[in-house]
Amino acid sequence: MVSYFVRRLTLMLVTLFGISIIIFLLLRVVPGNIVDILFDSAGMVNPAEKAKIERELGLDRPIPVQYLSWIGGIARGDLGYSYVSEKPAIEEIAPRIPVTAKLALMALIFSIAIGIPLGVISAVKQNSGVDYFLRVLSLTGLSVPAFWLGLLILMVFVARFGTIPIYTEPTKNLWEELLLYTVPAAAVGFRSSALIMRLTRSSMLEVLRQDFIRTARAKGASARSVNYNHALRNALLPVVTIVGIEAAFLIGGLIVTETVFNIPGVARFLVEAIRTRDYPIVQNLVMFIAIVVVAVNFFVDLAYAALDPRIKYAE
Amino acid sequence: MRHRRSLGILGLAFAGALLAAPVQAEEPKHGGILRIYHRDSPASASILEESTFSTNIPFMGVYNNLVLYDQRKPQNSIDTIVPELAESWSLNDDKTKLTFKLRSGVKWHDGKPFTAADVKCTFDLLMGKSKDKLRKNPRETWYNNVADVTTNGDNEATFNLKRPQPSFIALLASGYSPIYPCHVSTRDMRVKPIGTGPFKFVEFKQNESIKIARNPDYWKKGFPYLDGIEFTIIPNRSTAILAFIAGKFDMTFPTEVTIPLLKDIRTQAPDAICKVAPINVSTNIIVNRDVAPFDNADLRLAVAYALDRKAFIDILAEGHADIGASMLPPPEGVWGMPPDLLATLPGYGPDVKANRAKAREIMEKLGYGPQKHLALKVSTRNIATYRDPAVILIDQLKDIYIDAELDPVETSVWHAKASRKDYILGLNLTGNAVDDPDQNFYENYACGSERNFTGYCNKELDALFDKQSQETNVEARKKLVWEVEKKLVEDVARPIIMHPRQGTCWRPTVKNYTVMVNSSYNGYRFEDVWLDK
Repeated sequence: MVSYFVRRLTLMLVTLFGISIIIFLLLRVVPGNIVDILFDSAGMVNPAEKAKIERELGLDRPIPVQYLSWIGGIARGDLGYSYVSEKPAIEEIAPRIPVTAKLALMALIFSIAIGIPLGVISAVKQNSGVDYFLRVLSLTGLSVPAFWLGLLILMVFVARFGTIPIYTEPTKNLWEELLLYTVPAAAVGFRSSALIMRLTRSSMLEVLRQDFIRTARAKGASARSVNYNHALRNALLPVVTIVGIEAAFLIGGLIVTETVFNIPGVARFLVEAIRTRDYPIVQNLVMFIAIVVVAVNFFVDLAYAALDPRIKYAE
Repeated sequence: MRHRRSLGILGLAFAGALLAAPVQAEEPKHGGILRIYHRDSPASASILEESTFSTNIPFMGVYNNLVLYDQRKPQNSIDTIVPELAESWSLNDDKTKLTFKLRSGVKWHDGKPFTAADVKCTFDLLMGKSKDKLRKNPRETWYNNVADVTTNGDNEATFNLKRPQPSFIALLASGYSPIYPCHVSTRDMRVKPIGTGPFKFVEFKQNESIKIARNPDYWKKGFPYLDGIEFTIIPNRSTAILAFIAGKFDMTFPTEVTIPLLKDIRTQAPDAICKVAPINVSTNIIVNRDVAPFDNADLRLAVAYALDRKAFIDILAEGHADIGASMLPPPEGVWGMPPDLLATLPGYGPDVKANRAKAREIMEKLGYGPQKHLALKVSTRNIATYRDPAVILIDQLKDIYIDAELDPVETSVWHAKASRKDYILGLNLTGNAVDDPDQNFYENYACGSERNFTGYCNKELDALFDKQSQETNVEARKKLVWEVEKKLVEDVARPIIMHPRQGTCWRPTVKNYTVMVNSSYNGYRFEDVWLDK
């Protein structure tokens, strides 16, 4: 078990190192840098002034030197300064992390809370009217773009209730937070719930046809017990995998949702930072997201052992 | 009969009361936070360093100018300039010394006194003479004619001009000409500005919000009326408009509502007050005249003749745009050519077919024709306001044997590409902060100006720029300006396609807000705006 942990941690570090190089190089391959953006807002470019700012920001140094400087900074706990706001990057990033974390968590809870039970119902009631309805619903969830869905929700709110569930000021209490995050979390979680629902259904159908289920039924176990205690637990393994992967994909969905619902989280900030070529923000944020994704997948692997006793992380 | 008369008197009294009621309601009230959505996150809070009203709109209230365009008059002109930090101004006999008597007792937001030294510091910064430098200085050309700024005590500052420039004061009255404090660094002014204005800077959260609050020590007693202004940054236009309709905001981002969106607002929020006005930002073509094929003047002229401006206006702005030359056309524009004169310029005649026939004739003389088309790229920023007219331009060029292809340029590198002249034909938008020929001509067409992307340089015209700039008689100056405009069109310096109009909407509770009709950069002091809530 210990050697497994060490192996996984080493692999995680190698993965993150690779990601750091890819992010760093990709950002510099993209045309234009922060100085171009700064001059863009001034509607002109002065080559001498541009070179001066590039020198001040260290952008004139060789790329390996810039990379080492960034990585060295991270090791010292110094994430650098945002080129745009001229504030420490940590000050810009840190307040936005809880916002996105809450939204992501609620979206994930929404997708699991909706996806798994409906997937079970769909499987248990295979080929019934309920099953067809839920299958259509799940296909809709997979095919509707989050951007379109978000805007549609906003339009319905404005037209029907005369209000709009978007962020305009910091929330003051838990109730306001719930109100603010519920609708966007549902919008972004709809797609994931559809995926989870479909996977749960197919996995359940496979398990429900196995011998041990027939045995459980023959022993007189109730339908509820068979479905939830015996079948679902065995069907969950692929679902847990997909939940882990979805946690990573969620960031993509959140970019759109945070934009439409105007939520000042990490995802929207990342897009804006990419647009303005704010290297310190983009590099550190992508690294942070990479760490989260790698960690989530690590914990998903650990969850396998808890769900299936046959899986052991032995020597 | 008596009863009927009594009823009549009562009715009159009631009508009188009704008529009187609005007058009472218009009495300004103090208090309230004005909520506006902002279209994007401005690069900084330093107005002197930026060239976008994304910065002017939220931060103009933090500062004061020496003089300013009257915030209640829609049309900016020399006649609407009012004193701000200057109490009065005067010119010497040869009109080369512009002296301002400054207001005393004015304090910066950090409590330090405002003096003439701050005026000198500001303009030394703008002229590149100070130790502390602006990171970017987009309007350096505005001050080419200033030899230096001198002070006489704490309350007098003099601009020593190299030659007379009657409209120099028009530049000082722009929202782009705030006075900065000597004691605050340019870096701090970008992130935490200090001004003398009606509102104090509170916070600027990138991509989230900008907040300014009432300055209780404002030198203009009783102002501002508002307790503060909060700008919520909503880059998604659909979300922003829906939020305005839902009542989350008192006002849209000024001059940002397109005509189709304006219809949505009028339908879904019928109580909203909306005003459509020119923004003095022209849609134009930039031509690289240094390289083939447009190093040929005739070919440039053919492009000018190919334009169907009305089609652009009908398709893109549903008729809400104006045809003009370089200066904003009348009646909103002060200096633009009258329509009858405009129609005599190449490509401006109303008969598009005849114009295009002329263009084809030129093309055929140059060896092009139905069998031999000229292939080129039309470069432009990859955003709708640039891309859409570029597509129409490409379509129109087909009529004169030009097969153009759209070259959408990543928006961040657009100005860099344009400055490098890395294009053949480009579609650009040019904003004029001040409706004055000095600003437009020196900034966009003078030899060596950094914002003259085409590199157009005509020494004769430069001389004419100076001549009109020195002319004190308005009518005589207009004639000179039109002469310049004519020459710019004939030279195909930067063919102007149209001058679009955009909308601003606000709730009836917002009072005293005036949309300026010949500039979208100067009307955001907000000191006399109040909320009837």
